[in-house]
Amino acid sequence: MSDARRTALGLLAAFAVAVAAAPLLPRWALFLVAVALGRGLVALGLLLLIRTGLVSFGQGLFFAVGAYAAGTAGSRLHVGDAVALVLLGAVAAAAVAGVLGLLLARYRTIFFAMLSLAFSMIAYGLLVESPALGSTDGFNVHPATVAGVPFAGRAEAYAPYLLALAVAAAAALALDRFQRTHLGRLAPAVRENELRVEYMGASVRNVVHLNLVIAAALAGAGGAVTALAVGHIDPEMAYWTTSGEFVFVTIVAGTSSVAAPFAGAILLELLRSYAVQHAPNTWQLVMGATMLGIILALPGGLWSIFTRRRGARP
Amino acid sequence: MSTLAAVLADGMIYAAWLFLIAAGLTMIYGVMRILNMAHGSLYTLGAYTAASLVGAWLRGGHPPLGSFLVLGAAALLVGLVVGPIVERGLLRFTYGRDEVVLVLVTYALFLILEDLVKLVWGVESYYVTEPYGLLGTVDLGPLTYPIYSGLVVLAAIAVGLALRWGIERTRAGKLLVAVIHDREVSAALGIDVSRVFLVTFTVGTTLAALGGALTAPTVAVVPGMGVEVIVLAFAVVVIGGLGSVPGAALGAVLVGLVRSAAVHLLPQLELFSIYLVMALVLAVRPRGLFVAAEARKI
Repeated sequence: MSDARRTALGLLAAFAVAVAAAPLLPRWALFLVAVALGRGLVALGLLLLIRTGLVSFGQGLFFAVGAYAAGTAGSRLHVGDAVALVLLGAVAAAAVAGVLGLLLARYRTIFFAMLSLAFSMIAYGLLVESPALGSTDGFNVHPATVAGVPFAGRAEAYAPYLLALAVAAAAALALDRFQRTHLGRLAPAVRENELRVEYMGASVRNVVHLNLVIAAALAGAGGAVTALAVGHIDPEMAYWTTSGEFVFVTIVAGTSSVAAPFAGAILLELLRSYAVQHAPNTWQLVMGATMLGIILALPGGLWSIFTRRRGARP
Repeated sequence: MSTLAAVLADGMIYAAWLFLIAAGLTMIYGVMRILNMAHGSLYTLGAYTAASLVGAWLRGGHPPLGSFLVLGAAALLVGLVVGPIVERGLLRFTYGRDEVVLVLVTYALFLILEDLVKLVWGVESYYVTEPYGLLGTVDLGPLTYPIYSGLVVLAAIAVGLALRWGIERTRAGKLLVAVIHDREVSAALGIDVSRVFLVTFTVGTTLAALGGALTAPTVAVVPGMGVEVIVLAFAVVVIGGLGSVPGAALGAVLVGLVRSAAVHLLPQLELFSIYLVMALVLAVRPRGLFVAAEARKI
C-alpha cells in the first residue's frame, strides 16, 4: 500500500471512529475536541511552513482574521451556514496573507519569525482600538446552522464537534495530497537549499508565498471553527502568546505526519484543562515542564514515537 | 513647543528603560544565538526581588537613600543566582539545536518562571513607591518630572558605556567578540566557550533584572508584567539588528520617541506604533539597522 493511500485511509478511519464516538462522549469532551481541532488547523498550516523552513510567530493574525471574518459575516451579513462561514474565514485570511506575503516571502529564519510577529501585534493593536469590533472584549458570535439545522438544543454540542472534525479531516487530506505534488515537493527543497531550487528553474519566492497563503487559509479556517465552537471572539486571538502556543503544538507534536498537529492540539487542550483544574496557579509550570521534557527527550516530536517504530521514514 | 519637549523627555525615559532590557537580550542572542523568550520573566523576577528587598530595607528603619543601592543589589542577586542556574541547568543541554527549538525552550522556561513567581510572591500586587518620590521633582517648562526618571536614564547610559568599554577594551571582551565571530574556531584556539556563555547569560540576566528592579518603584508589581515587555524588547532588538548593542541603543531611542510621539499626538496609535516601526525597518533593512547583509549560501 502506498504511503499516500495509507495516510488517507488512516485519516478516514480516524474520522469515522471520531464521528461514531460522538454519542458516547460527554459534552465537555466534545467541546474540547472541537476547540482543539480548530487550533490544530492552525498548527497544520505551520507544519507546511516548517517543512518549507519557516517558523511564523504570527499565525495568531490569520487565526484572528478568520475568526473575525466569520463572526462579522454571521452577525452583520446574517450568513448562517457554518460551512460557508469557515470557507469565508479561510478566504479572508488567505487574502491578507496574499498581500503581506509580498513582503514576508523575502524573509527567512528568525527575521521571518519576528516580522510575522510584528504584523500580528499590529493586528492586535488594530482590533483593540476598534470599538465596532468590540475592542478588548470582542463580541459574541451568532449561532450558525449546518445545512439549515441550527446549533441549538441537543445539536448545540454535536454540531461544532462534527464541523471541526469534517474541516480538519478535509484539510489534512488535501494538504497531504498537495505535499505529494511537484509544487508541494518544492517546499522541503527550499528548506534544504534555495539556490539549487532556483538553478532548477523554480521560483523560491513564489513557493514561499504560496505556502504562506495556504498556511494562512488553514489558520483562518481554524479561527472560524474556533469562533463557532466557542461562540465568542476577542483580540487575544492575535496576541503573540496565542501564536507561540501554535508553534509549541506543531514542534512538540512533530512534523512528520499531517495527523500530528491535531493529535498534539488535543493533547495540549487535555493537558491544559487538567492542569487548570488541579493546579490553577501552576498550570503554566506544568505545561512548560512537559514541553521541556518533550523537546529534550524526543527531538523529532511526539509523533516520532510512531515513525521510529515503523522504521525510518523521511 | 511644550508638546515637543514632552515627547522628547518621555521618549528618552522610555528609551532608557527599553535599552536596559534590550541590551541583555541582544547580547545573549549575539553570543549564544538564543532569542531568550524568558527575558521578560527575568525582568519580572528583578522587579519582585527589588520590591521585597526595598520593602524589608525601609521597614528595618535603614536610611531611605540606601534603597537605591538595594535596587541594584536585587538585580545583581537575581542575575548571579538565576542566570547560572538556567544556563548550567538547562540551556547547555540544548546548544547546537535549531534556533527555533531554542526559542521554544526559552518559551517553556518563560511559562515555568511566570508560575514560580506566583508561587513565591502570590498573585496580589506589590508597591514600593518610596524611592520614586525620594529625590523630588524637577520642572521642565510646564511639565514636572520626577528626578528618579533621570536616574533611570543615567543608569541606561552607564550600562551602555560599560558594555561598550567591556567589549572593546578588555581581554574578556575580545574573547567574546571572537566567540561571536566563530564559536568553533574560538574553541579550537583554546577559548573556554562554555565559560563565555555562562558569563554572557549571567550578565544578560542581571541587566533584565536591573530593568525590572528600576521599574518596580514606578509601577504596581504584578504577575505577568513581563509578558508585554518581552515583545517590546524583541522589537527594539530586531530594529537595531540582532546581536548589536549599539543597535539596541538606537532601536530603543527610535521606539521610545515614536511611542511617546504617538502617546502625545495620536493616542489611538500607541498600541501598534512600535510594531509598525519594526515592520517598516525590516521592510527596508531586513536584518536591522546595524547588521550587514549576509551572503547567500550555496
